Amino acid sequence: MKRPLEDLLKARGIRLPESTFAEPWEARAFALVLALADEGSLRWEDFRQRLIGEIGRADSHVARGEHGAGYFESWLRALEGILADNGIVAAQEIDRRADEIASNPPAPTRASSAGPIKVA
Amino acid sequence: MSSDDHDHDHHAHNAPESGAALRVKALEAVLVEKGLVDPTRLDTLTDTYEHKVGPHNGARVVARAWVDPAYKKRLLADATAAIAELGFGGPQGEYMTVLENTPRVHNMVVCTLCSCYPWPVLGLPPMWYKSFAYRSRAVGDPRGVLREFGLELPADVEVRVWDSSAEMRYLVLPMRPQGSENLTEDELADLVTRDAMIGSATVEYPSKKASTTPESAA
Repeated sequence: MKRPLEDLLKARGIRLPESTFAEPWEARAFALVLALADEGSLRWEDFRQRLIGEIGRADSHVARGEHGAGYFESWLRALEGILADNGIVAAQEIDRRADEIASNPPAPTRASSAGPIKVA
Repeated sequence: MSSDDHDHDHHAHNAPESGAALRVKALEAVLVEKGLVDPTRLDTLTDTYEHKVGPHNGARVVARAWVDPAYKKRLLADATAAIAELGFGGPQGEYMTVLENTPRVHNMVVCTLCSCYPWPVLGLPPMWYKSFAYRSRAVGDPRGVLREFGLELPADVEVRVWDSSAEMRYLVLPMRPQGSENLTEDELADLVTRDAMIGSATVEYPSKKASTTPESAA
């Protein structure tokens, strides 16, 4: 809970912005829920109840000293769950698309990994 | 700055996306195809919550309450309206209550079940606020939790813990620190930390961290 490095930097007048999201995907998952709620595709309170359920599940693992899903993992599960139950996106659709993306990385990635390799 | 670093690292690795990152990418793609989500809207939302809303908003509310007794009265009577006077409001800030700390009462906020938090004035909650440790202990052992934050309160101070309900969001109005009488409203706002507005800290002046020279351009 303490952040000594941050304190040190602040003492020197350097503001280290605290990351709101640890990973880009967390920001995206967060934004997806807000956008979908704005559009009326899901109700915020329904999502919150799902989230409570997922967090509760993670909590019971942590309480037993086991690994529990992180906050945004719970968030994502809640989102997928509510979309599946509302008949908006089935889990299989996400599975299929994930497989496609995994086996077809975007072109720039391929090009850069095909760069020259020095051989000793 | 930090999200730029994340993006840079992400592309530089050329690693296949795995787990949650892949899942979110797939989910977004499917939703966009179905016309249920606009990707530029997602960009705007991310930008808003990473860079626009944050504790600096709440700090302005606190500083205003400290310098303007009439504002403070309005803030305690109808927090949502008074916060809106300063231009802050929106999702998760529709129903606000401000909790005033006094020499006799220290307030602390938790969401025991999830992470309810007043986004418009504090941004998104820190990891510790969402942690099982905080959520499960704040109500039963608030003094123990505060002690871990380095805050030891006298025994005659009542500690009140508020559990965010479905609708209500809380903002703690910390006590104005002694010695700060000559500071401007801006300088006062700079003193107010996120943790002080959650209730896991108090506001210090001078700040313990910058005990010698004031923050300067050097």
